[in-house]
Amino acid sequence: MRRVVLIAVPYLWLLALFLVPFVIVLKISLSDIALARPPYLPQLDLSAGWQGVREFLSGLDLENFVFLTTDDLYWKAYLSSLRIALVSTLLTLLVGYPIAYGMARAAREWRPTLLMLVILPFWTSFLIRVYAWMGILSTEGVLNNVLLFLGVIDEPLQIMNTNTAVYIGIVYTYLPFMILPIYAALEKMDDSLLEAAEDLGCSRLQAFWLVTWPLSRNGIVAGCFLVFIPTIGEFVIPSLLGGSDTLMIGKVLWEEFFSNRDWPVASAVAVVLLAILIVPIILFQRNEQKAREAEG
Amino acid sequence: MAQTAFAPWDDPDERPLIEFRGVSKRFGDFTAIDDLTLNIFEREFFALLGPSGCGKTTMMRMLAGFESVTEGHIWLGGQDIIDIPPNKRPVNMMFQNYALFPHLSIWENIAFGLKREGRPKDEIAARVDEMLRLTRLGRFAKRKPHQISGGQRQRVALARSLAKAPKLLLLDEPLGALDRKLREETQFELMDIQEKTGTTFVIVTHDQEEAMTVASRIAVMDEGRLVQVATPDVIYEAPASVYVADFIGDVNIVEGRATPEGAGLRIDWAEGQAPIAARSDSAFARGQSCHFAIRPEKVTIDTERPDRPNAFRGKVIDIAYLGNISTYHVELAGGQMIKAQMVNARRLANRQITWDDEVWVGFTETAGVVLEG
Repeated sequence: MRRVVLIAVPYLWLLALFLVPFVIVLKISLSDIALARPPYLPQLDLSAGWQGVREFLSGLDLENFVFLTTDDLYWKAYLSSLRIALVSTLLTLLVGYPIAYGMARAAREWRPTLLMLVILPFWTSFLIRVYAWMGILSTEGVLNNVLLFLGVIDEPLQIMNTNTAVYIGIVYTYLPFMILPIYAALEKMDDSLLEAAEDLGCSRLQAFWLVTWPLSRNGIVAGCFLVFIPTIGEFVIPSLLGGSDTLMIGKVLWEEFFSNRDWPVASAVAVVLLAILIVPIILFQRNEQKAREAEG
Repeated sequence: MAQTAFAPWDDPDERPLIEFRGVSKRFGDFTAIDDLTLNIFEREFFALLGPSGCGKTTMMRMLAGFESVTEGHIWLGGQDIIDIPPNKRPVNMMFQNYALFPHLSIWENIAFGLKREGRPKDEIAARVDEMLRLTRLGRFAKRKPHQISGGQRQRVALARSLAKAPKLLLLDEPLGALDRKLREETQFELMDIQEKTGTTFVIVTHDQEEAMTVASRIAVMDEGRLVQVATPDVIYEAPASVYVADFIGDVNIVEGRATPEGAGLRIDWAEGQAPIAARSDSAFARGQSCHFAIRPEKVTIDTERPDRPNAFRGKVIDIAYLGNISTYHVELAGGQMIKAQMVNARRLANRQITWDDEVWVGFTETAGVVLEG
């Protein structure tokens, strides 16, 4: 009995906080827009009994999903989101790996401090940190002023409101999610493995590619998914740092919901987004499980 | 057919494979290796023995190239190797924790070094198979290191370090992680493999029994210096100092003053006790202080006065029963403790000496060694 209760807790949690809201979103995505409150039809009228349920069900259709395929805005936004997420993940890996590597190689007494420094930004509001980047990247911002002062450039660079700014924002924000799993993998690695590789004829660089890199692979994969998955649906960074040509599905969803007040189409967008994300989420879980088994 | 003894260190024409010449290693203020000179010959099984922190591991790591040399030179096969990086040395090392690559199979682990040499595929495969046969690992070729036992991992580590047929193989506490029985088996296996491959082995160990079993010569180290370099029997029977005598095996040490007498020495060691009659190759001045060291198995224990040049009365304080042998701790008059060892040829029930018995311990003139200081 106790076991049942224990197992029931997480399931009830998932049911109440994930499955029920999802079913509501799914239902709205199958409804039609209406000038009402809430702004969609049909509504379930339980007072009409069985007849009411039947009418309610007959009012649902896949119209909104069909609509998503007729306007190329949507699939372009999905593709563009995937591309931005992919590029940002690679950039985050490029920046994050050397940092994680440096941390794992640092003297033991320094590691907790370095770890702290990586986590420290989380103590400030995410929104404020993104606004700070606006101050840095804008035409009259810190970066341009410094570069102008140093004479590196003659005219201010237009970074703000471009995809570049979005990439900078995403890499900055998600960097800890990349660093931490890679650091965890590297830190576990035994230094004598590198000595053994050198002893057997590897140069330092070969030893890195043949030993360090494959042994940190689980950390790399985990880090990439942790960045890639939330980046696809990212809304705040592209809307604050990106320009009019930055097309991301999170922004489209927001506009459908709040500007057009078209809840059904917005919900359809969200359902498709979730369907797209399921694949990487499953792959991520599988990687985690494999890592646990290898350690077991 | 009589075999000629393997003793290249006695042959003045023999060129050593490894020469340490005035090698020192300092870490800041700490001197790990102090002006050390040593020759190791081809096909030797050479043991570096000492307590932890004596510099034996540093010495091995200098041979492998993981540790730089502060002063002096190391020659390997007529070449000064101190500036050669580890991956260019004809030396391979078997690591204490084995350092097997966890992401590679046993086969790939053994092939790792061969692949770096860029040899043709079939040649690598043939060599790996040969190594698998030598270490009896054929069945495990496809497994990952975490899927085999500790003893098997040890053999993989050995196979991997031997695969490139190095001129010199370094073994860092190779059997430390194995249990006693497996360790003893593996010692003989190591000797067997060393003989088959004809590779020069240098082993680092703090286990004197292990060093005695496998090595052709042992270097006993203490605080970055070599205390004695000799064959196991010389180290055991004729230790050069109290330190060596005490470090290797069990020993009784009696402090006293030497007086030359006839062909031997007389050692006065306690008031009211007969002096010890002993022999020594080195000369002692009259009244020079000395240590007399004698192994417990060379001391006999009897209930009656034995007919031996040295015989002393005492009382049995303690008996350590080890199954095959028993060690008797006997307190002589004046408080000196002497350990005497006897083989338990009879069953325990028939043992005639027990606690608090008055007994006689005895030994011959040549049974012990007289050490200066």
